[in-house]
This record gives sequence, structure tokens and C-alpha cells, in this order.
Amino acid sequence: MASANSKKINLKLKVWRQKTREDAGRFEEISAQEIPVDASFLEMMDIVNNRLIKEGRDPIAFDHDCREGICGSCSMVINGNPHGPERGTATCQLHMRKFHDAQEIVVEPFRATAFPVIKDLSVDRTAFDRIIAAGGYVSVNTGNAPDANALPVPKEKADDAFNSATCIGCGACVAACANSSAMLFVSAKVNHLAVLPQGEPERERRVLRMMQTMEDSGFGNCSNTGACSLACPKEISFENIARMNAEYMKASIKRRD
Amino acid sequence: MQKSLSYLSSAIGRKQLMAITGLVWSGFVLTHMAANLLIPFSAELYNKYSHALITNPAIYLAEGLLVLTLLVHIANGVKLTLENRGARPQKYAMGTNGSKAPRFQSTWMIFHGSLLAVFLIWHLLTFKFGTDYQIVYDGVQMRDLHRLVIEIFAQPAYVIGYALCMVGVGLHLSHGFYSSFATLGFYHPRYSPMIQGLGYLYSFVVAAGFIIPPLYVLMTKAN
Ligand code: HEM
Ligand code: FES
Repeated sequence: MASANSKKINLKLKVWRQKTREDAGRFEEISAQEIPVDASFLEMMDIVNNRLIKEGRDPIAFDHDCREGICGSCSMVINGNPHGPERGTATCQLHMRKFHDAQEIVVEPFRATAFPVIKDLSVDRTAFDRIIAAGGYVSVNTGNAPDANALPVPKEKADDAFNSATCIGCGACVAACANSSAMLFVSAKVNHLAVLPQGEPERERRVLRMMQTMEDSGFGNCSNTGACSLACPKEISFENIARMNAEYMKASIKRRD
Repeated sequence: MQKSLSYLSSAIGRKQLMAITGLVWSGFVLTHMAANLLIPFSAELYNKYSHALITNPAIYLAEGLLVLTLLVHIANGVKLTLENRGARPQKYAMGTNGSKAPRFQSTWMIFHGSLLAVFLIWHLLTFKFGTDYQIVYDGVQMRDLHRLVIEIFAQPAYVIGYALCMVGVGLHLSHGFYSSFATLGFYHPRYSPMIQGLGYLYSFVVAAGFIIPPLYVLMTKAN
């Protein structure tokens, strides 16, 4: 949290307020006074919400959990960019020193058919859970833990899988994409398991089922703009999408049903 | 059977059709552009080349392939774009910007694509179905396409309209070329930047190559 003597700024927020899923929603201008520059964006929202509560007004609903960039709960589109202007940074790790005094900040929810607004800045991202449930796992027999080195994985493959696995499932890729496509998310999950021997047995059905679920959930198609990778707080590479395209083609050709 | 066809109706399958049909056309426009460069050099060569082209029986196969691939490309492009628009009914007040903004031409594919469709109709009406002048070389009668080309491009309005459309071609291809490789599953950290560079070079050469002959005609033949 910000120290007591850090520099303070005042901001003009234009925040999306929407009471329910059905409500049409609108922007509300809310001032953010005396914000320490060392505060994170979410802490700034906390300060604003404390004041709103004291004034008997409805606080701004937004999602957050870990506040250290690992859970993927925080969302928000800040001045047009998911997670704000900084590359490789989640909203919870964005600091107010990146803004200047008297700046206007437009804060919107992630917008996509597949991510309906629940309230204000909080959106329903269960479509991602459905995609994972469709194949983003490896089936294992429970039993004794296998010996650590029984299944050798080359270092390059392990690193590759790990890079894809750093996806925190926040949905910024969908929010940034002009088509609201979830291709970066799906491809990160598919490739993470496709390069590992543990993922091999379910490889084909995984990509087919996860893509089917993505399409059924109302996400758009990929135009290879690369906006997803630019917005990703974990900087998941666009390469994942191209590799999944190949993976999908192979699986479509090989399927026997 | 239905499952076997599901690839062709899937999100990735349809994008791969876009990419393949787009690449077929990318190859065609390159050869078309190269042939047009004959215009400033020799009327005879240019006319003989087009005569050889349209009298070759394989032309029907090639034209059929081009029409088919274009229809698939357009139908898919329109359908995908409509789905993509539907995936975000409520627009943002502010779009991505700064270091998080993608290259603009990549999000405008439907706009320069539609411009290309309109241009194609205009273009076919002007030339393929334009005035049929005749000429005889070495005792062989053939179409004097060169004469029509000169006549058309002596008009400044035509050249301006044509040049603007070629900028559209360049923009479409500057994303399309690179994008097709990614769509077809090819990506490599060392080679993909080269493909992107090649895509820019290719689209610039195609657009510039198409604009040169009309400009030449305008500057030398206009009265
Ligand atoms: C000379 C004619 C044309 C050529 C050479 C061409 C080439 C291409 C290429 C190579 C792609 C990239 C495919 C990919 O992303 O994998 C593409 C995409 C696209 N083209 Fe064309 N195209 C042409 C005409 C058209 C026309 C007439 C339309 C019209 C409506 C159109 C609409 C689109 C759209 C919307 C996309 C993007 C699809 C997406 O990314 O979702 N194109 N084109
Ligand atoms: S709150 Fe967990 S990633 Fe931001």
C-alpha cells in the first residue's frame, strides 16, 4: 500500500455503470481525489469506493483477488486498453504513477457477447471454464505419485509448455481482439499440453473439443491482428495461435468419426 | 459424413479456406501485375501475350478456379466478419491504442476487401467486356487490348480511381500475405518476421507495379 507521504494526484474517472445484466448501462463521471501515485489501479478504485460508500452511494463493482498478477481476476479496459497502457501488466499491478494529475481515465468492462456484464466492471467469464472443461486437462489414474524422472521432458519442451502455461485466463485477449476471439487463450491451453508427453493421449480430441466450445460460446474468429498478445499481461505469444491452427488441421484430418 | 464436413464449417477451417483462396489470388495478381508491365514497352508484345493467354484452352480452367476461389473467399469473408461483429454488440468508448494497438490494416480487411470486390466488377467491365478493337500481327488477327488500355488511362479520373483501388490491394495484401501463413499453421520465431517483411515487400511491389503502367500512359499519351 502507498506510504503516507507519497505524492498525490486527482483524476477524473468516466466509469461504466450497469446495475444488472439486462440494464443498458451508461458512463458515470466520478472524481478520484488525493490518490497516492504509489497506489495500484485497484487500490485507487478502493479509495473511490470507500468514499462512495461513505456518501451512501453504490460502490463500483469490479473483480479482483490475488492482486499480484497471478489469478487473472482483475479485468477492466482502461483508456481503451485491457489492463491499461503498460505491456505485460495486469490491472492489479498497474500503478497510478503511470497517470498524471487531472487526467481523465475511461474505465470500461471487458466487452464481448461471451462475457456478459454482471455489474459495472464485473463480467461473467465462465465461458473460459467451459472451454477448459471441454479438454484443457490430462486424464490421470489416481494412484501412487509417479517417479519424477520416469517421463523425461526435454528442457526446450518444458520451457515451451511453461510459457504457454503462464496464461492466467483473465480474458484480456478477448477484450482486446476486434473480433472478441478467444484464440490466444484456447491456443495457450492447447499448446501447453500438446508439447508434453502427458498431453499426448488426448491431443486430438482436446483441440477439437476446446475449439468447438469456443465457437459455441459466442467468441469471434481470429484475424491474426495480434492485438491479443499485445494486451496479454503475461505476454503469451501469438505463435500459439498459428501452432494451434496446424494442430486443429491435423486433428481434423486424423479423426475417425 | 457430417462430422467429416465439420472442418469446413469450423472457425479455423473457414479461416484456412480464406487463406488458401487468398493465396491463390495473391499468386494471380502478381502474374497479372508483371504482365501489365509490358504495356509501356511494347503494344505488340502485350497484345501477343494476352492473345496467347486467352487462346490457351487451360484459360477456362484457370478462370473457373479464380471465380470459384474468389466466391469462397468473399462468402467466407463476409460471414466471418458478420460473426465477428456479433461477438461484440456493445462497442467500446475507446479502442486499443499506444503500444497495445494492432496494425490498422489488419482490422480493416472487410473494408479494403469490399473495395476490391467493387473494383473487380468495374475492372472487368472496362477491359474484359470493354471495346473489342482488332489488330493483325504476322497475319494473325487478335484483340488490340493495348489500344483500349491507352484510351482508358489517358483519362485522369480513371487513373486516380484505379490508383486508389491499388492502395486498397496493397493494404489488403500487406496483412493478408503474412496472415495466411499464420492461419495455415506456420509460425517460427526466426522465419515469421521474414514472412511479414516479405509480405510488405510483396504488397508494395504489387500495388506499385499496377500503378506504374496507367501513370506512364497518362503522362505520355494524354492530350
Ligand atoms: C484480389 C483479390 C483478393 C486477394 C488477393 C485477397 C487476399 C487475402 C488474403 C491473403 C487474406 C488472408 C487470409 C488469412 O487471414 O488467413 C485475406 C483475408 C480477407 N479477405 Fe481477401 N483477398 C481478395 C479479395 C477480397 C474481397 C473481394 C473481399 C471481400 C469482401 C475480401 C475480404 C477479406 C476478409 C474479410 C479477410 C479477412 C478474414 C479474417 O481475417 O477474418 N478479400 N484476403
Ligand atoms: S487480481 Fe489477480 S491478477 Fe490481478
